[in-house]
Amino acid sequence: MRASFVFSEVVTGLRRNVTMTIAMILTTAISLGMFGGGLLLVRTIDKMQASYLDDVEVTVYLTQDISANDQNCTAEPCSTIRSSLENNQAVESVVFEDRDEAYERFQRIFEGQPELVELARPESLPASLHVKLFDPERSDVIVQEFGDQPGVANVDDQNKFLDRFFDLLNSGRDGTFIVAAIAALAAVLLIANTIQVSAYTRRTEVGIMRLVGATRWYTQLPFLLEAVVAGVIGAALGVVGLVGVKYIALDRIFEATGGAIPNIEIVDILFPVAPVLLGVSILISAVTGYVTLRAYVRT
Amino acid sequence: MIQLESVSKAYKTSTRPALDDVTVDVDKGEFVFLIGPSGSGKSTFLRLLLREEVPSKGRVSVSNFDVAKMPRRRVPRLRQTIGCVFQDFRLLNNKTVSENVAFALEVIGKPKHTITKVVPEVLELVGLDGKADRMPHELSGGEQQRVAMARAFVNRPLVLLADEPTGNLDPDTSQDIMLLLERINRTGTTVLMATHDHSIVDSMRRRVVELDNGKVIRDDRRGVYGVGR
Repeated sequence: MRASFVFSEVVTGLRRNVTMTIAMILTTAISLGMFGGGLLLVRTIDKMQASYLDDVEVTVYLTQDISANDQNCTAEPCSTIRSSLENNQAVESVVFEDRDEAYERFQRIFEGQPELVELARPESLPASLHVKLFDPERSDVIVQEFGDQPGVANVDDQNKFLDRFFDLLNSGRDGTFIVAAIAALAAVLLIANTIQVSAYTRRTEVGIMRLVGATRWYTQLPFLLEAVVAGVIGAALGVVGLVGVKYIALDRIFEATGGAIPNIEIVDILFPVAPVLLGVSILISAVTGYVTLRAYVRT
Repeated sequence: MIQLESVSKAYKTSTRPALDDVTVDVDKGEFVFLIGPSGSGKSTFLRLLLREEVPSKGRVSVSNFDVAKMPRRRVPRLRQTIGCVFQDFRLLNNKTVSENVAFALEVIGKPKHTITKVVPEVLELVGLDGKADRMPHELSGGEQQRVAMARAFVNRPLVLLADEPTGNLDPDTSQDIMLLLERINRTGTTVLMATHDHSIVDSMRRRVVELDNGKVIRDDRRGVYGVGR
């Protein structure tokens, strides 16, 4: 196979059909950019889940009675609750927090709102047991077992709140993937159309090639490569777009959340997102090209 | 070299077969005219040899290829042993004369040094040396047909199929093209030419196979176009 011949055919083909080529590249870039954005969101969600889950606890709030009278959790029923928590297989550690400590923490948290701090009294805050689990996802067990025990006012599971938060992020990710899929469909149709137009404008060449005994590879590889080259350029543009969006928008938005959402690093985009986009692009354009040639172009 | 044994070809869109039980045997190095009115089956005959069509019945062979039965991936090999010339020349208008000829070798993967050696040789053979860098539209009809013949012959095919090669040319130019076909035939290439041109067939006195309504109605060793026509 003469590489120079095939290469020059590809370049000629892409130039002859330049508006279509640009449309093909842009839709591919948008589709892949969205897909890459979705992948980055998945990564961000994973990172957040890992870092948040580390700190997630289940808090067992004790009744007013215990909070007022049992300063160290040494009397019944607090001591029983505490020891059965400590003996629970799922529990990593248990820390008792009495009213005063709760009040101090309250003051710390609401430093910025002195009027709120002034309103609160230590007596209005319950004592609690802060339970850290080996596997924070299994917090249900603790809620079920201790929720109705005498001496327990209620059990607060931070994991439940996080679930809602992550549900929101996950639906954002799903939305991104759906838009990416729609754009991908448009890209695929454009690739198919471009190849048909390209094959039609070069029907004389292809006719002669077939007549003089060129193999299928020779007659069809240029068309296939045209699609793949456009796909690769599209993928590269998609990656550049992602980097651009990171610097122009995302960095500022994430900074404004005060670090609640971890920054997307340039490394995250370059690996593994960029190679994935490139691979997906080559695969889709090659398969589309192959199927189109099979269906529409005589050999 | 070329054998058709009881070959029939029917198209779905037509009630009458394009070829009807045709048996023809052409030896290596022969020069054969294929004549008959439009729609008599000449083009189908040529298309079967190139495996552009598959016969409905019968056996077609060219050189050592069992044309009807061979797998599709072998078809390029068959076509590399056959050269083709047409009434409408079928040149690439954006390529020069030598590029047009070189194209036929490039697309079957011949190495560059072979192409640069062979193309000028074949252009000289067809009398176009000195016009290698012209574009097709700068040439006369006869010259364009010579380019097409150079392209058909450059890979030294065993068989040359010519479908009305003089159909668009004046009598003098046609004569030149026939001389060229004879010259190619003398190199040992089997030539099969479909034509309507009485005077050429009559003057050449070569084998004539006449088709009518898809049947062979005449096969003369040294024929003329038609008695009394």
